[in-house]
Amino acid sequence: MSSRYTFGGDEHIFVEVDEEMSLEAFFVSLSMTNAVRKANIKGVTEICPANASFQIKFDPDVIHPDDMMKELKRLEAEAEQGDNVLETRIIEVPVYYQDPWTHDTLMRFRERHQDPSATDIEYAASINGYDSVEKFIEAHSGAPWFVSMVGFVSGLPFLYQMVDRSRQIQVPKYLSPRTDTPRQTVGYGGSFSCIYSVRGAGGYQMFGITPMPIYDPEQRVPYLKDFMVFFKPGDIVRFKPINREEYDAVIAQVQAGEYMPRIRNVRFSLSEFNADMDGTNAKLMEALYDR
Amino acid sequence: MTVNVISAGIATTIQDLGRPGYYHLGIPMGGAMDRLALKTANLLVGNDEGAAGLESVFVGPELEFTQDATVAVCGAELPPKVDGEPRDTWTAFTVKAGQVLSFDFLKSGARIYIAISGGITTPMYLGSRSTYAIGALGGVDGRPVQPGDSLPLGKSSKMVKGGLSVPKALRRGPSNPAELRVLPGLYWHRLTEQAQKNFFEDTWKVANEADRMGYRFQGGRKLEFVEREQPFSAGADPSNITDACYPYGSIQVPSGSEPIVLHRDAVSGGGYFMLGTVISADMDLIGQLQPNTPVRFVKVDMAAALAARKEQATIMDEIREVLS
Repeated sequence: MSSRYTFGGDEHIFVEVDEEMSLEAFFVSLSMTNAVRKANIKGVTEICPANASFQIKFDPDVIHPDDMMKELKRLEAEAEQGDNVLETRIIEVPVYYQDPWTHDTLMRFRERHQDPSATDIEYAASINGYDSVEKFIEAHSGAPWFVSMVGFVSGLPFLYQMVDRSRQIQVPKYLSPRTDTPRQTVGYGGSFSCIYSVRGAGGYQMFGITPMPIYDPEQRVPYLKDFMVFFKPGDIVRFKPINREEYDAVIAQVQAGEYMPRIRNVRFSLSEFNADMDGTNAKLMEALYDR
Repeated sequence: MTVNVISAGIATTIQDLGRPGYYHLGIPMGGAMDRLALKTANLLVGNDEGAAGLESVFVGPELEFTQDATVAVCGAELPPKVDGEPRDTWTAFTVKAGQVLSFDFLKSGARIYIAISGGITTPMYLGSRSTYAIGALGGVDGRPVQPGDSLPLGKSSKMVKGGLSVPKALRRGPSNPAELRVLPGLYWHRLTEQAQKNFFEDTWKVANEADRMGYRFQGGRKLEFVEREQPFSAGADPSNITDACYPYGSIQVPSGSEPIVLHRDAVSGGGYFMLGTVISADMDLIGQLQPNTPVRFVKVDMAAALAARKEQATIMDEIREVLS
């Protein structure tokens, strides 16, 4: 992997670790941004890790862009020696697949869709070779996901599924973006799932909705009391399919201020994962449910 | 100690200099689109440069004052009126308790900044009062101001003379055609040589989709991409990339047809390639461009970008000196 460094105007440096997505590229991006944070370089104002790239914003009045570039390149060698082990958390996110709200929305935007005669999830299932939506939901919820980037809008996580490439789901984005997406929609574009943190525009295919708030500027949700954004890069997510009754029950808990998602601390090693993906995922599930 | 909103104008929001530090979570820095105009308006009324004021687009609000205050309006040429009597832009004037501040029709530019002595003191979120409506953050309940709102004002710490004014030579507005200087980079190499040339040769026009999130441009030739097999997870269109961070000012071109320059309320990332970035010195200017304004993108290098940044800082220093 050899990273490509480029300036974004006079205030940003953009580093593309790899053109294509992989957990390896994500880990390089994460360890690089951790190294930049640790190095405490004067003039750095923002450190933004992304899926297979990252971006540094800096004040060119404090440090010359060429010097900032040199600093970052110097840190690359150090970051590549990282052991790719992460102390992180695994979170169960309930998902009501094929819910009525995203269904209403997708019907309103059929003319922007590749296959106007199918729903988003029917389309995704069929182009990925699944003979039923149920089997597709099994695949989508059957293996955990990595939060590989937080952004676009407030607190929106991009998630990358922890399976080998042959099992990765790939789905194109809408032909042209929708002007509306329900809050907490679980979407899919390219090889990424996302959870729309707020209502608004969006181009990802809509599969379902979670009753679990992930962004709360008012900070009324108990698990968002410390900070208004729930996810951070490196979090691991397990989508748990739920039905309407379960969905309504969680919503009632959220409204009463009593909902707490299931969260456990775990240690994740990329090399262990690469050696045995299904075994590693099974251990993660044990950590999530057997305590 | 409030100012009451009678009518809201267009897209009137509370803005200060924004909330840097949270872009990695998708929360943009926000703040005034034309920072120099907001800072200058604040200095005119004796506020800190970063105090919160109002930003309006094309049409100003109507505001009723419940106390005497000093007011200044900078940025676009949208003449203010006090109880119907005209006042000058870029000049401090007094409004007495019970009087109403309103605005005439827009003459040039796009955005005005209204500073009021004491500054607007709605609650801070993540260190800023700036309104980020998409994230329901800042401002009044996370939204633009609306009729019936009562905006709280702080205590004015410094008495200022009425009539204090910024000399004409230090006021800035867009030229016609406007020029936006661009440092090529990011995914510039994805364009064919011809497309790279065309982008800087063509005259573009500001499209109607031009807001705090970004400005869209139309009218240039469609950009062609160097052929390649798309990388895994990027998506099939040649304008797609594996979702990545977007710099402020970066120019993305979905499907190669209409460039979009991201501004203060930028989405922090996504899956469109970017050809380069508008230099920091020209970001304020973008916020003053009206739809249909012809625009040329001008190719510059880093040395020119830094020189322009220095030049802009010097103008701000001169304004500070004149108003001190």
